[in-house]
Amino acid sequence: MIFNHPILGPRDAQEFVYLGDASLMRRPDGMTAGIEAFHDWLYNRDNPAGEHRELWYHEQGDRSWLVVTRNTVTHEVIRVELARDVAKAMGRTK
Amino acid sequence: MAETLHSLTALGHSEPETHAAGPCRIAERFDVALASLAARKGREADVERAAKAAGVPLPGPARWKDGAPYAAFWVAPGMWFVEAPFASHEDIVAHLKPAFGDAASITEQTDAWVCFDISAAELSPLLERLCNVDFPGAPDGFATRTVIEHSGCYLVKRGPGQVVLYGSRSSARSLLHALETAAASLA
Repeated sequence: MIFNHPILGPRDAQEFVYLGDASLMRRPDGMTAGIEAFHDWLYNRDNPAGEHRELWYHEQGDRSWLVVTRNTVTHEVIRVELARDVAKAMGRTK
Repeated sequence: MAETLHSLTALGHSEPETHAAGPCRIAERFDVALASLAARKGREADVERAAKAAGVPLPGPARWKDGAPYAAFWVAPGMWFVEAPFASHEDIVAHLKPAFGDAASITEQTDAWVCFDISAAELSPLLERLCNVDFPGAPDGFATRTVIEHSGCYLVKRGPGQVVLYGSRSSARSLLHALETAAASLA
């Protein structure tokens, strides 16, 4: 797979390491959201055959965290965004 | 009276080594002081201003920029590696810190890396055996992190036959071995 890095352009997937589902970025507040929401965030993952949003780390590159949207069936990479920008769009400050 | 102490190069000798392998010349560099410079959150404009005043170039993504005494290459958004002559800037952090104050985090990197100058008439045949960098397509002044023999390196293209390669100092000998083996296979 080739990821079209938002800053560096096309880069081989070998340079990246995979963290997991991008929903990890939406951690509920463990003190107020309740045990069910936290349990769901921690343990439950969708396993779609198709479009999937994932967190990847450009370890052998510029060390940026990316949100990669790709098709798990065709391996087509649909969109690559900086996780920083995605977090800001979610209203986070960092 | 104790014998005078001498520092050792990354390859473990008092003088840097130069090797000829195939069509390539691989020279260990012992005259570069290195520091990382990272802009602190929200202080990017201050860092830019301070860099301009101190004469530290801050090139854009995947670029190296020469200067005197400071040269620099981009490693991450808001982060650079700054190079300076070792003879005049051995304590490079002490030189940079007053210029940037608390706008940037500056870390000594000199002894964390081994630095090789690699030269040949044309380096593409060597580098395409070692890493995934599109060397012929990269412009002069291109700088990137890459992997050579499982080891993370920074590669700076000075010209079609001139590369500066930083690898981790603890793997200096292994990296040299990889370079020599690949270069010998070109002959």
